[in-house]
Amino acid sequence: MAEASKKMQVSDEVAIQITGMNKWYGQFHVLRDINMTVHRGERIVICGPSGSGKSTLIRCVNRLEEHQKGQIIVDGTELTSDLKNIDKVRSEVGMVFQHFNLFPHLTILENCTLAPIWVRKTPRKEAEEVAMHFLHKVKIPEQAHKYPGQLSGGQQQRVAIARSLCMKPRIMLFDEPTSALDPEMIKEVLDTMIALAEEGMTMICVTHEMGFAQAVANRVIFMDQGQIVEQNAPREFFNNPQSDRTKLFLSQILGH
Amino acid sequence: MTDTSFYVRTDMLPQQKPPAGQGGVIKWLHENMFSGPFNTALTVLAVLFLYYVLQAGLPWVINGVWSAETLQECRQITTARLGEGATAACWAMISERWNQFMFGFYPQDLYWRPVLAFGLLFAALAPVLYFGQRKTNMKLIGVVGVLMLLFLIETWGLADRANKATPALTSNTAIVILVAAGMMLGLFAVAAFAPRKLVWFTAVYPFLSFYLLWGGSVWGPVGAAFGFVIFGGVLAGLQGRLGVVVAAALGFVAASVWWLGVQTSVTTQLHNAMPLGLFGVNSDVFGGFLLSFVIGVSAISLSLPIGILLALGRRSDMVLVKTLSVGFIEFVRGVPLITMLFTASLLLQYFLPPRSNFDLVLRVIILVTLFASAYIAEVIRGGLAALPRGQYEAADALGLDYWQAQRLIIMPQALKISIPGIVSSFIGLFKDTTLVALVGLADPLTGITRIVRADINWKNIYWEPYVFVGAVFFVVCFGMSRYSMYLEKKLKTDHR
Repeated sequence: MAEASKKMQVSDEVAIQITGMNKWYGQFHVLRDINMTVHRGERIVICGPSGSGKSTLIRCVNRLEEHQKGQIIVDGTELTSDLKNIDKVRSEVGMVFQHFNLFPHLTILENCTLAPIWVRKTPRKEAEEVAMHFLHKVKIPEQAHKYPGQLSGGQQQRVAIARSLCMKPRIMLFDEPTSALDPEMIKEVLDTMIALAEEGMTMICVTHEMGFAQAVANRVIFMDQGQIVEQNAPREFFNNPQSDRTKLFLSQILGH
Repeated sequence: MTDTSFYVRTDMLPQQKPPAGQGGVIKWLHENMFSGPFNTALTVLAVLFLYYVLQAGLPWVINGVWSAETLQECRQITTARLGEGATAACWAMISERWNQFMFGFYPQDLYWRPVLAFGLLFAALAPVLYFGQRKTNMKLIGVVGVLMLLFLIETWGLADRANKATPALTSNTAIVILVAAGMMLGLFAVAAFAPRKLVWFTAVYPFLSFYLLWGGSVWGPVGAAFGFVIFGGVLAGLQGRLGVVVAAALGFVAASVWWLGVQTSVTTQLHNAMPLGLFGVNSDVFGGFLLSFVIGVSAISLSLPIGILLALGRRSDMVLVKTLSVGFIEFVRGVPLITMLFTASLLLQYFLPPRSNFDLVLRVIILVTLFASAYIAEVIRGGLAALPRGQYEAADALGLDYWQAQRLIIMPQALKISIPGIVSSFIGLFKDTTLVALVGLADPLTGITRIVRADINWKNIYWEPYVFVGAVFFVVCFGMSRYSMYLEKKLKTDHR
């Protein structure tokens, strides 16, 4: 893995800039004063107990959730209520969900070509070639003409990754991509994500796969109660956690 | 004592066939009809019930008399054939009054127009019901085309007999049959070579069928169609700059200006310059199944798109749109259909501009459509609510805009879920077309039956017209139901 990390270069270019961001659900303050800069090529893992706001944070990055205060700039575009900006950011940022969210009424290939054809206006033939390329990459080209319901969870999640990649995104967000999977399938999805990281994709992953974090991430962020509690390089983070909250969390998830 | 906690399988077992006797008719009967004393008793009772019902009803139907001039004659034939006191249906009434049940008081020498419109209806429906399926489209159009031509030739004979004095008619009807054959052949060819292009005929069909049924100047329907072209043009032109909703609203305003302000004078001028047209038929002569189909088909095909828009409006974030949709749906659902029909026949006249003589059947169609669309909207809202949030989020995350997400992701799934409810609404709507009898239109069930019974020859006939009309309604509604089951099966992709 050490060999692979050499290929994963972090540039100085800023991909995502979040400053003083706050979010409320009604009266409930979910995200409190988040400041965070993501450089191009970074692989960030966000972890934390459930309800700590980690999913909400990455969902704010492509505005599936709206923030009420502060600033989020993705690839030079600020997220405001301007629909044009939102659609622009969304077409540049890929997202993979916990429950895959494939479109069950479309075949695997159609799932992958839909957005390129309608959003990017790519000709169908070209979109299909690109889709097949990425389906090869996630190692399920033979499933292209099946429906999502006929695939296993791990296969579906790999399709979901391929579907995002077909839009040629510059940033990928992963929202607990392996939490709904059986142990045997977790590995096939993580392998796909590792391969993606090795190609230099900018990634933010919300996950509890600490092995993945140690192997791939260049930074681990620990969140609790809507705040960033600690962030560090993975080795430091796991071997020498600073805050008590982090120590407790790590002892609980690595305890057995 | 041996150690039982240790075991290693050395060979994996292959798949095997299930044991014999676990399939077939006997097993099915045992499982489904005679699985226990209670089930067995129910089966026996059901069989007995069916036996008594059929024994009482079936002979009456089968022994029915098919040719007689009057009810008395029918009864005499029955007595002669089956003995004193025997009863049998008098189906002769139906063959005698067939045309009235089908067309109401539509002029007899113009029967070819509703027949042609009805035949073309299937060509217009084919690409909607079986989009892109070349063979099914060809089959449907071919069969309907042949039947329609046979029927036209039959009515040709009828018209000839009715109008012995006008020999010119014969050549006219020959032309009609040739034109009809040409149209069906053309549509058949389109279905064979470019089945997807058939939808263009579907778009033209409403105006064509209106022209055929109502007649009058050809420029009226052309002008009405042009309004939709204006709407589409404005929508397509401004959509990019102003968004779909504003562009659609502006398009609607522009089209309304055309329809209400400009159209009449332009079409009058065009008609003066080029007086093309068919003999005008006032819609108060529409009756029987012609009327049911005109109202039913128009209301069904219009209420689905309106219902979709209302359902989306009800879930919209825009307060005004949401309030209007909710208000409309709740108002319409809260008012009985009969009230709306009376509104159509009486009240609407007061609100329309003076001197406008808006066709009663059109008014009824509009109100029945609005009525049905409120129900459809609620059915579709149920389908929308059943979709997981993740589908919306995935569509958003891929950068699809609202209308793309609705059209490509949300609606295909929501409509699929709503098929049973939508078809139920359609079936209910089609049966409700008989309620137009209350505003003086001659629906087949009450209107025509009353007229038939007013004839001295058929004065005491009671069951036969109702059985007949009921049977026709059943065939149509059952067809819709079967189609919806076919569609559900075809769209099933979840492999549960």
